[in-house]
Amino acid sequence: MEKDTHLDIYHQMVLIRRVEERATELYQQGKIGGFLHLYIGQEAVSTGLVAARRPQDRIITAYRDHGVALNVGIPATQVLAELLGKATGMSKGKGGSMHMADVERNFWGGHAIVGAHLPIAAGMALADQYSGSNGVTICMFGDGATNIGFFHEALNLSKVWNLPVLWVCENNRYGMGTAVKRASAVDEIRQKANGYGIPNAAVDGMDVMAVRQAAGEALEKIRAGEGPFLLEALTYRFRGHSMGDPERYRDSSEVKKWQENDPIGIYRAYLTAEGLAIEPELDAIENSVEEEVQAAVQFAESSPEPAPEELFTDVYAA
Amino acid sequence: MPRITMRQAISQALWEEMERDERVFIMGEEVGIWGGTYAVTKGFYDHFGEKRVRDTPIAEAAIVGAGIGAAMAGLRPISELMTVNFAFSAMDHIVNEAAKMHYMFGGQMRVPLVIRTVGGGGRQLGATHSQTPDAVFAHFPGLKVVAPGTPYDAKGLLKAAIRSDDPVFFIEHATMYQVRGEVPEEEYLVPIGESKIQRPGRDATIITYSKGLDWSLKAADQLAKEGIEVEVVDLRTLRPLDMEPVVASVQRTNRAVVVEEGWRSYGVGAEVAARIQEEAFDYLDAPVLRVAQKEVPLPYNRTLEQSALPQVADVVRAVKEVL
Repeated sequence: MEKDTHLDIYHQMVLIRRVEERATELYQQGKIGGFLHLYIGQEAVSTGLVAARRPQDRIITAYRDHGVALNVGIPATQVLAELLGKATGMSKGKGGSMHMADVERNFWGGHAIVGAHLPIAAGMALADQYSGSNGVTICMFGDGATNIGFFHEALNLSKVWNLPVLWVCENNRYGMGTAVKRASAVDEIRQKANGYGIPNAAVDGMDVMAVRQAAGEALEKIRAGEGPFLLEALTYRFRGHSMGDPERYRDSSEVKKWQENDPIGIYRAYLTAEGLAIEPELDAIENSVEEEVQAAVQFAESSPEPAPEELFTDVYAA
Repeated sequence: MPRITMRQAISQALWEEMERDERVFIMGEEVGIWGGTYAVTKGFYDHFGEKRVRDTPIAEAAIVGAGIGAAMAGLRPISELMTVNFAFSAMDHIVNEAAKMHYMFGGQMRVPLVIRTVGGGGRQLGATHSQTPDAVFAHFPGLKVVAPGTPYDAKGLLKAAIRSDDPVFFIEHATMYQVRGEVPEEEYLVPIGESKIQRPGRDATIITYSKGLDWSLKAADQLAKEGIEVEVVDLRTLRPLDMEPVVASVQRTNRAVVVEEGWRSYGVGAEVAARIQEEAFDYLDAPVLRVAQKEVPLPYNRTLEQSALPQVADVVRAVKEVL
């Protein structure tokens, strides 16, 4: 892997972290409404997946979607503008935090109903199979989504039709405030794929290189026509489920322990230990991200509100 | 002009659109080898092959959800739900996904999906297999809801639905597949969102659609023998609802009856009656009446079932009441 690629990956992870931190402030200032699900702690998962994909590979995720949005290259300006409900957001301020997407970048959302995007992902994979594209659809979802029927209908269909889809479960240990053990009959989520004859693997979701490697291997198998694959990324969200989560369901000691496994810290240590980057280079990236996010916040805050007539546009395409 | 059945008209629409556009395909329960439970896709599997006529598991969320995804990715899927009663298992995908995808992402995504399904009672299938919940689906902006009452409209509207860039919920009626009507041999489309006067008259207006059209036309024939000429307006599309011919008709007749098969409460009749009083209140000489299903789950017993469903006599009685 080229050094520039490594530095870009580092940049992406730091960018996600800083955008989420600024979003927290903006939310506390009352400038962001509704829900705000932060990706802090899970950055290695989406970054590793996007680093492994090819341009023809679609990616689709759930409502914790700011990470993917930034990974696929949507400028922080547009992400923050969407959070602020501005006309310059990529969904024109009509989607908000949970509905980020950029079709041009093959990022298909941002879906807010738990598990509902899994059958949709199967349909996208069907379209690629149907039209003879060698693209793979990467579908991310949380551990909580594996308990709803949509997951099971989608996995079954994907195997029956041998669809080119990479199922990625981000197991962050809690569906909202309910621990995996309290909600799922098996706490090793990937075992559920066995019931559908879908090959699967687990990966350290705090290690971006491990995610990239595992996803890359799975994608090539799928691309070769081997059908769906499920990857379970073991990760942890450092913040609450959404804003205003009292976090009564977990000990602060548990959170602290995981924070010692910070995916950005792990990657930074890897880069310096392997001689792929030196500290000043990484510091320079951190500084440039600060400036980038600062400018993005300014852009978003100074962007116009959607025009009143936008209320009635896009209800129908035709 | 040839007179063909509703089944043939729908089948022709699907066949012609599949021949015309490689992106059009059908998926659903028993659409392939079986030929469709109402025999609409009989012969399709052999002609178009399993790639384009896809038997699915019994998994409605997957049938609609995969249709949405394939449509977003550029295909023109037809997701078939064996009956509208099973659409409730796919409700999230119909109302939370298909209907909102275009708006919610600021116009980035399109869902050119047709969900074909079958509703209606009268076949002694019991409470869970006999519903007419059309109004439920018509409640959601972003979805288009079509329910034709003639073979001509069924063919033209289905072809228009397949070519539409929006999700269309297309409701056929289980007891109307043998209904015959004139259908031209040359190609035509019927635009979605246009109501139509199916029978002109001066004394009262009946507003109806789907199976209600059949009852209404029969009632109009009976009333004509007594010298009462009713105008019958067929909505054809429930969303977007075209009130213009309805209002124009009521302005001429000053009397209106809405006929539907679904339950009265919160139904199509409730909506149409409200719109008439909003848009033509000064023209009304009588309250708008509704003929609809009794407020019970449909029973199995034939006599009980028929007494819960609207009858031609109910329509005749309602018209006389507003005169």
